[in-house]
Amino acid sequence: MEAQAIFDTLKGKFGDAVVALQSEGFSPAFVVVAPAAVNGIARFLKDDPALSFDSLMCLSGVDYRDRLAVAYHLHSMKHRHAIGMKAFLPGEAPSLPTVDDVWPAANFQEREAYDLFGIGFEGSKDLRRILLPEDWEGHPLRKDYKYPDFYHGIKV
Amino acid sequence: MVGNADLFVNWARKSSLWYLLFATACCGIELMQAGASRYDLDRFGAVFRATPRQSDLMLVAGTITHKMADRVKRLYEQMPEPKYVIAMGSCANTGGPFYKDSYCVVKGVDLLIPVDVYIPGCPPRPEALIDGIMRLQKIIMQKKNYGAKA
Amino acid sequence: MTPRANALPTQEMTINMGPQHPSTHGVLRVILTTDGEVVTRAVPDVGYLHRGLEKIGERVTYAQYMPFTDRLDYLAAMNCNCAWAWTVEKLAKIEVPERAEYLRVIVCELNRISSHLIAFGSYTADMGAFTPFLYAIRERELVNDLFEMICGNRLTYNYARVGGVSGDAPPGFLEKTKEFLDYFEPKLDEYNNLISYNKIFVHRLANVAVIPAGEAIAYGLTGPNLRGSGVPFDLRKDEPYSVYPKFDFKVCVGTGERGTLGDCFDRYMVRINEMRESVKIVRQAVAQIPDGPVLAKVPRVFKPPVGETYFRSECPRGETGIYLVSDGSVNPFRLKIRTGSFVAMNLFEKVTRGLMIADIVAVIGSFDIILPEIDR
Repeated sequence: MEAQAIFDTLKGKFGDAVVALQSEGFSPAFVVVAPAAVNGIARFLKDDPALSFDSLMCLSGVDYRDRLAVAYHLHSMKHRHAIGMKAFLPGEAPSLPTVDDVWPAANFQEREAYDLFGIGFEGSKDLRRILLPEDWEGHPLRKDYKYPDFYHGIKV
Repeated sequence: MVGNADLFVNWARKSSLWYLLFATACCGIELMQAGASRYDLDRFGAVFRATPRQSDLMLVAGTITHKMADRVKRLYEQMPEPKYVIAMGSCANTGGPFYKDSYCVVKGVDLLIPVDVYIPGCPPRPEALIDGIMRLQKIIMQKKNYGAKA
Repeated sequence: MTPRANALPTQEMTINMGPQHPSTHGVLRVILTTDGEVVTRAVPDVGYLHRGLEKIGERVTYAQYMPFTDRLDYLAAMNCNCAWAWTVEKLAKIEVPERAEYLRVIVCELNRISSHLIAFGSYTADMGAFTPFLYAIRERELVNDLFEMICGNRLTYNYARVGGVSGDAPPGFLEKTKEFLDYFEPKLDEYNNLISYNKIFVHRLANVAVIPAGEAIAYGLTGPNLRGSGVPFDLRKDEPYSVYPKFDFKVCVGTGERGTLGDCFDRYMVRINEMRESVKIVRQAVAQIPDGPVLAKVPRVFKPPVGETYFRSECPRGETGIYLVSDGSVNPFRLKIRTGSFVAMNLFEKVTRGLMIADIVAVIGSFDIILPEIDR
């Protein structure tokens, strides 16, 4: 299915929760959704027979300087099509529902987004730092991150 | 008399350097390949041990991150005396290619433990590793174990 | 395990399979909660090799990032180099000369062979058989010699460039490659005779950590792990990139030949068979390679257009997907690398419930993880 057709299907079902389609210069195209509706839309994308996006290729956080975003790349084994889904979040206390009950592959990647960006995932079965030590301060991949001078007495 | 005892003990120590398999990153593969078929480290008497309590050489091969740093210290402290440390590769020497921009790499393992020999390279060839071990053997032969302390 | 009525009461213990361990393929820590020898919970703790490769990507230019992709999966460095080059070329729509694409495929497949050799060698060493490791390294040294001929390095190659490859194959390279393939192909049968169907080896691998196909897809497994569960999905055939459509090769899937479909033995045999298919691909590539330039004209100060792209390629450990966000400047704006090993660790806790401690080692080896891919 083409990205525009997927967007129209989602818009028809979810209305205002589906905000826009980013397609020029974006490969695959992104369907921008409201953060609160992410879990519902994800479940529909997986269960609907015409779409059947059963494979989460990639889940990443992005810091666009003025706001954060979580980008999902989805792929369907049955229909062999791909789409992206994006949810924009504010810089302070960003948080959105988890999708690890829809795609279990999301758990480690959500933990990584939390660790490196500080994005909270509501309802996640396990949300703790994964790559950095437990007592690390700050979220390194944010654009305004200042490298610390010392960590446990060793120069960073 | 004491000189001969020194010679004998040092010769025994340098000819059976048992190294700890401490391979963190890419240099670890060169370490494994140096210990395996073509560049056989076994002919120097160096076999790998999995536990620090049975080894006397710690070949720090690979990047040390801050999360790993206190484990490195603990492993070093678990090794019995006399113990030697070789820092293998750029990452163990100074932080390597991650020196400038990385936030979580320890810039050289000598910030944590004392190092005897540094082997440059990214990764160093097995021949360079063997050269480093031979330099360590030379250092060992110079050590004075018995006799009046200077 | 159901306790017998008059069994002794037992207590669970927490054992640390620490970052420094001979069988964990790097600095992986697994916190085991065991009841005797049976593991009730195995939680992986990763991040001991997190070097901030994604943040570094935002601070260097596109061409300067190439050596860092080597360190991403150092056993398959050519594949990671080429994945980065293909991603940037997809974003900036650069045409790569055909000879460069053929050279990339040749080195990528040779690197797949050498990566699977280490996977085979270290897996059998973990299981207790040390000899196959020495055999594997003997063959791998020959591949290292070939790579040294073409780019000068044995492990971290920095060979691909945005727009092509850094240097043409020197005279004699293609002949030496053919000689190596003729020497190597019968070795695979030798390995099968040596260890693959050995009764103890099969007993340790068969029916351990069975992953059904649906679960493998839901948990995002890719590469040989997914194909070991019977799903015939190979990016080289299903979403072909570069010049892969010109080659004729089979997709190797697990068949459940010595146990259940999707167990450790299937994943192991998929890797052995993939080496055979890679030999086929390299033979065809060496026969078909055209003449021509090896590097397209890319501006010295390279600024790709604004946009976002996602490109995935088939690396020996799974699919390596790179999500690249560009804002038109000389540095990438955001660079996310999705690797097969990171997503495979997600499944680790579920799959290891109820296994014995020795089986944990078998599972780690069958996933063929490598820590820099997990930690980046």
